[in-house]
Amino acid sequence: MPQNECLRVENLVVRYNDDLILDDISFSVDRGEIFIIMGGSGSGKTTLLRHMIGLETPASGHVYIRNTDIFNTDEQTFMNLLKKIGVLFQGSALIGSMTVGENVALPIIEHHQMDSRLIPVIVRMKLSMVGLACFEQHLPSEISGGMKKRAGLARAMALNPDILFLDEPSAGLDPSTAAGIDEMILHINQTTGTTIVIVTHDLDSIFTVSKRAILLDMKTKKIIAQGDPRILKNSHDNPEVRNFFMRKSVSSVLK
Amino acid sequence: MNSDPIDTCTFEIRPSAPGTATIFLHGDMVIDTAHDLIKKIRPEIRQHRFKNVLIDIAGVNRLDDYGVMVLSEIQNMTGVSENKFEIAGMRPDHQRIFDITDFDRSTLCPITHPPPPNIVVQAGEAAINALKGIVYFIAFIGAIAISVARVMKHPRSLRYGDIVMHMKTTGVDAVPIVGLISLMLGLIIAFVSSMQLKVYGANLYVANLVAVAMVQELGPIMTAIVVAGRSGSAYAAEISTMKISEEVDALYVMGFDPNLFLVLPRLIAAVLVVPVLTMFSNLFAIAGGAIIGAAMLDVAMDTYINQSISAIKLFELMWGLFKSSIFAALIALTGCLRGFQAKGGAASVGNATTSAVVTAIFLIILFDSMFAVIRIYWG
Repeated sequence: MPQNECLRVENLVVRYNDDLILDDISFSVDRGEIFIIMGGSGSGKTTLLRHMIGLETPASGHVYIRNTDIFNTDEQTFMNLLKKIGVLFQGSALIGSMTVGENVALPIIEHHQMDSRLIPVIVRMKLSMVGLACFEQHLPSEISGGMKKRAGLARAMALNPDILFLDEPSAGLDPSTAAGIDEMILHINQTTGTTIVIVTHDLDSIFTVSKRAILLDMKTKKIIAQGDPRILKNSHDNPEVRNFFMRKSVSSVLK
Repeated sequence: MNSDPIDTCTFEIRPSAPGTATIFLHGDMVIDTAHDLIKKIRPEIRQHRFKNVLIDIAGVNRLDDYGVMVLSEIQNMTGVSENKFEIAGMRPDHQRIFDITDFDRSTLCPITHPPPPNIVVQAGEAAINALKGIVYFIAFIGAIAISVARVMKHPRSLRYGDIVMHMKTTGVDAVPIVGLISLMLGLIIAFVSSMQLKVYGANLYVANLVAVAMVQELGPIMTAIVVAGRSGSAYAAEISTMKISEEVDALYVMGFDPNLFLVLPRLIAAVLVVPVLTMFSNLFAIAGGAIIGAAMLDVAMDTYINQSISAIKLFELMWGLFKSSIFAALIALTGCLRGFQAKGGAASVGNATTSAVVTAIFLIILFDSMFAVIRIYWG
């Protein structure tokens, strides 16, 4: 693995029963970059993400995080690896019975030796990073969808992970809140140097945050394009790729 | 952040004038070194009494928010105020971390926990909540009555398919467990009472005891408790999940009456099948008693059954079944009510379910004692 590579997917094939979901997916993510996995609904974006963080096992293929093959390693190594990654789930997945502050403190208390007096301080800082300072005492059910996303992001970043996986961070948010999240992602990437892998189909955030992306195809289940989204948009020779970026429907390809 | 090996963080305290010191920090002040650094620096700082502190972080290579937390903790430990505490040697990348974590604000604006309310406030709150609960319950009964009236007027608005489905899950599916529990209950009553009756040579009256006890009291109560545990909890869990995922609201805006859609099918199904279950319970218990009679007391099966039949009055049997249909209504209503009261997340589903079963069992016992009092005056 080259020096500055921190995540690699090799020939990943995913099947549910006999249905092919992902076919021969290979790519790598460099340290410190923001990498985007694009694709229409049902193209297997979230499935790919769930395999990259080891929640599901593929039919064949490998995923390497920091040189460790996550499907061929012992439990302990994998658990240690999990401390080095943070995940923001699509529905935020905040624990409903705990306050926002307790949600963020949860991984810190579990995995980091620290004076219990200092936990509120670090929680406050994490929440400040996502613009939610002073919301510690709120329950997840008492805050809006955009705030839940940000609280989920704060929890994902709690242990200062090397890699952040974000599943549709701006889905279901209004354009200005979504833009705010994009800005925050860029800011976090620049200040902390965290590698960020984003699954999304939001074109605005794709162009804002990323220099490198892959596009998954719904029909062939393979990667049909990869590279800088700005270049793909204008000059890719596959019309389906251009259509994805131009927001044209699939049927217009046929005309 | 990168995965290069992390250096430990070292410190050096240089007093420059009385009460004034400069603290030099070197190495990486990050998540992995923060805990050690605080542990080591605390006793050193406690030794001195500072009035002015200057922290030099020019030697700090990597800094993250945990490092910033260490700095704010050092400030706390020295006990000096904001303006006497300075940080020097800050590089642009350090400054960015300070900005993103709101370092100044997090030290200025203290983290407060609201004090727990005192006992009078707590008692008052509990009383108000209890009152609200009663009002809500009465309003709920009223709403159900309105829905029933609506069904009388438009019988086609009732969902008959749902009633049949709930009759199956609440009634038919419960027959094995109700039967098993009642059979064993019959065995126990017959066995225990035979110990006493044997003394008087009144073995045959075991049949009377089992039949009367089951038909009048234990059959309805046992069945109701099993149904409360099986189905009351299921009603509460299903409706509360629908409530928190806005499905109940969706029904409402589509023009359905949620009570008519969700409560009435369950209520009607329960009121119809629980008395039938009670009948099964009575029969199985008498069968259990008969087993003991035949096996241990030398009472022939046919004698036992004849004795049981002669012991049961039709009115008592009907009264028992009437009670069990009232219990069924209580179970269905509390299950649905607790479901509708749920709000928030997954925990509220659990609370609604627990509360539905506890409330239902309490009301069953309460109503049963009320029925007992009624019978005393009725004769």
